Amino acid sequence: MSNVPSELKFLSSHEWVAVDGDVATIGVSDHAQELLGDLVFVELPEEGSTVLAGDAVGVIESVKAASDTYAPISGEIVEVNSELEDSPEKINDDPYGDGWMYKIKIDDHSEVSDLLDADAYSETIAEEE
Amino acid sequence: MSKKTPFYQSHLDASAKMVDFAGWDMPIHYGSQITEHNIIRTDAGMFDVSHMTVVDVTGADSSAYLGHLLANDIAKLKQHGKALYSCMLNAEGGVVDDLIVYFLDDQFYRVIINSATRDKDLAWLNLQSDGFSDINLAVRDDVAMIAVQGPTAREKTLSLFESNRAELESVGRFGAATIGDYFIARTGYTGEDGFEILMPLDQAVDFWHQLLNAGVKPCGLGARDTLRLEAGMSLYGTDMDESTSPLCSALGWTLSISDDRNFVGKSALVAEKEQGIKQQLVGIVLKDKGVLRNHLKVVTDEGEGEITSGSYSPTLGKSIALARIPAGVTGEVEVEVRNKLLKADIVKIPFARNGKSCI
Repeated sequence: MSNVPSELKFLSSHEWVAVDGDVATIGVSDHAQELLGDLVFVELPEEGSTVLAGDAVGVIESVKAASDTYAPISGEIVEVNSELEDSPEKINDDPYGDGWMYKIKIDDHSEVSDLLDADAYSETIAEEE
Repeated sequence: MSKKTPFYQSHLDASAKMVDFAGWDMPIHYGSQITEHNIIRTDAGMFDVSHMTVVDVTGADSSAYLGHLLANDIAKLKQHGKALYSCMLNAEGGVVDDLIVYFLDDQFYRVIINSATRDKDLAWLNLQSDGFSDINLAVRDDVAMIAVQGPTAREKTLSLFESNRAELESVGRFGAATIGDYFIARTGYTGEDGFEILMPLDQAVDFWHQLLNAGVKPCGLGARDTLRLEAGMSLYGTDMDESTSPLCSALGWTLSISDDRNFVGKSALVAEKEQGIKQQLVGIVLKDKGVLRNHLKVVTDEGEGEITSGSYSPTLGKSIALARIPAGVTGEVEVEVRNKLLKADIVKIPFARNGKSCI
């Protein structure tokens, strides 16, 4: 059974969001990295760009498949995890820690409340199986 | 209801992720495909390949029948256990399937064909036996098959056959030996040394555990695919099929075409050669970041082509692919990945073999 930390928010497309004041950190869930298998390439949004909730902002590719990754909330990309460029396997090894993908400066906090909580996300992945 | 090999429970016990493969419940990986890939390149791993179909061809007409059926020449085989890779073709020169045939004696050959093509292959084998009076085709569903591959695979396997060690040690590449109920061939689909072993179903699980105890790690079909791609080996249905001939599939080396032997599809191949071969299957290595995938469009100076097998090469740390492109193109090509054109180099295959990059 994959790990779903209770303090995080989620999208049904398997991104997680950790909110700290005005900044949200985004990654992909443990469940998603398990489904994808060994990751070999990650394309992240550009620092300084502005994204809208629901935009496809990057691609993560495993040996098996390529998968779009979506912005959970709107705002400016203030930091990206450049270590993933050379070490995409960090997402497999530590999806909620070293495998984080990028940080967004939150435009509108009400978007955060639209996200799934850990229980609701656990239910969506249980339905998939 | 999917089919299960005798190792089904052994896979589950080893935490395999199971997937459907041509109607069989098979392990895709046991945790990490890349780890398993690297085990085969550096140590020893094993694949359950019991889903493949084994057909024993016997009778006085065996040699004549296989000479008619196969595009490679069975007459090259003269020693017990010696193996030959060949395609069998349709009348248009397209590939019905690729296979390995082992010579046991001149009235006994063992043919191993793909699993996804089993029904059509068996129908084709039967159809082509028309006109041969003494031929018997026996499908060996009473055996299981394990491929043990990697630089230490031979030694680890030999340790299980101490009383026949000398005989097994003397088996050369593309040879085989029969030891009791076991048929042990020094062949594989990874670009590494090792054995492919047939054994009775009721001894299979015990033998699997003996290999585990000898330090051979279970590896899934995911790693098998990236290993064979690095080794530049074609996958039937992906790199070639009934609409492509061996001449445009980098399989010209498997054709025995210049003597007066006739075989199914020969006249089509001769005509294709005379008219000029229009396409080639080449290896490409992506220079930009990203991963090449099957069916992506390849753009060349001479026209478009297509990736037939694309993936990530753990040995090279880059994305590699086999691609069918216009004949004569060399140097650099572009591949359309998500509406962007990425640069890739045409290279000589294999990409990797015996643990090392060949690029």
